[in-house]
Amino acid sequence: MTDTNRDIAVLGAGMHQWGKWGRNFVEYGLVAARAALADAGVDHRDVGYIAGADTIRNGYPGFVAGATFAQALGWSGARISSSYAACASGAQAIANARAQILAGLCDVALVIGADAAPKGFFQPVGGERRDDPDWLRFHLLGATNPIYFALYARRRMAMHGATLDDFAAVKVKNAKHGLNNPYARYRKEVSAEEVAASAIVSDPLRLLDICATSDGGAALVLTSMEFARRHGVADPVRIRALSTVTPTFPKTVLDLPDFATDSAVAFAEPPRAFRSAIAHAAYEEAGLGPADLSFAEVYDLSTALELDWYEDIGLCETGGAEALLRSGATTLGGRVPVNPSGGLASFGEAIPAQAIAQICELTWQLRGQADGRQVEDARAGIAVNQGLFGHGSAIIATR
Amino acid sequence: MQKEQRPAVADWFTTEDGAIRLQGSRCNTCGTPYFPRNTLACRNPYCAAPKDGSELAEYLFSTRGRIWSYADARYKPPAPYISPDPFVPYVVAAVELEVEQMVILGQVVPGFTVDDLAVGMPVELALGTLYADEEAEHTVWMWRPVND
Ligand SMILES: [Zn+2]
Repeated sequence: MTDTNRDIAVLGAGMHQWGKWGRNFVEYGLVAARAALADAGVDHRDVGYIAGADTIRNGYPGFVAGATFAQALGWSGARISSSYAACASGAQAIANARAQILAGLCDVALVIGADAAPKGFFQPVGGERRDDPDWLRFHLLGATNPIYFALYARRRMAMHGATLDDFAAVKVKNAKHGLNNPYARYRKEVSAEEVAASAIVSDPLRLLDICATSDGGAALVLTSMEFARRHGVADPVRIRALSTVTPTFPKTVLDLPDFATDSAVAFAEPPRAFRSAIAHAAYEEAGLGPADLSFAEVYDLSTALELDWYEDIGLCETGGAEALLRSGATTLGGRVPVNPSGGLASFGEAIPAQAIAQICELTWQLRGQADGRQVEDARAGIAVNQGLFGHGSAIIATR
Repeated sequence: MQKEQRPAVADWFTTEDGAIRLQGSRCNTCGTPYFPRNTLACRNPYCAAPKDGSELAEYLFSTRGRIWSYADARYKPPAPYISPDPFVPYVVAAVELEVEQMVILGQVVPGFTVDDLAVGMPVELALGTLYADEEAEHTVWMWRPVND
């Protein structure tokens, strides 16, 4: 495949296993970074740029993740950045590194994200903060993250005829995919009966429909295509596109932590809602379309949300996700496997690490190294996520 | 003695005229309404207003809409939600207002469960008690199912 002038190479990928390890997030990031550097065959003193993805739950070191990881690796004089964008933090860190490389400001960049998540529901930052929408949605509405996920799930049921069995089938599929992923937190099969027997958290979603919170870390070594070749990697996995576009006005679908949508009184709803706009921008940049994909990693915060993503990334028409799922197309061995890594269903959320972990999976799949979960002849993959309102990302990688 | 009723949040809703209304703002130039209130600048990028806040005026929302979607909470959420002890499950609905062409979240008045609701069902705004403490009943807007 010929390079475009926007391609960068993924020379190294590394992770710390997801789980509840009860250790400091810096340790997870360091393990992941060392694994990525070893995978790339690059010494960290040769890294020109370190991009950290921030976590807000780990205090001062988490807010300045770039410097925290740089210190843990041993100060090397590299340029650094720290990015916070909720679930898209990792993608923004990758975007920063990519821009440095494409601008010719550095040859080699290291991107790191790690988190130590609390048990149970995510909650807003502490204190009484009556001017913070995230605080207010808990206080005034009791609108936890699962409530938003359940609102979307119910909407799918009403509009497109999704059933609880469809939601369960997503969990069964992703649990099966994650079985052989050494970095996944959960590595056991789940049956539809087990999903149905799990407690309702927010009707219509049950405990096994909703992703857990986890500890974990992920890192990438990104380089210019030129550096990769000089380094002896003739045909590296390349990032072809990276989209972090915002919604366009009026945004008519509620996002976390919104109380209300924009009004469509003055201006009609845009042709593409937020999630599909994120993916569309990446396709445009890559010069590829959904039909070119070998597989996809999508942000399955809930089983139902995975179905929304099928449509948002163009695997099928609106309302077609249930049929696509039932056809087996999105299962390993199918036409376009979705979440071959096992997805958030198998990993749980380690927020700043997640978008980076998705690119680790894209890399391993495109290299043919995804033992036990390999998508046959994987040539192109997309990874998408959505964080707090206005933040999300789509990244396309090819071999 | 009846406890004093006090809004859980200031200036988001009013009961001055006897019935509850959501309070927000609206752009004089393009007509876009905002909830909660926006005083900074109209956010419609195609709007020709000066965008210095002078275009935004107080606005009271319409009080009826249809359920866009709904869900409940079966587990006690973390603070700053204030749960009664023992915890009582509650329902949240996203409601589409026809006049304003937007969706606004609210709890559903107590007594209704998800089994009583459906997407498209008409609802109206109601005043509800979010939590009570020694001093007062802290009130909030809620949605209540109504007949068409
Ligand atoms: Zn305006």
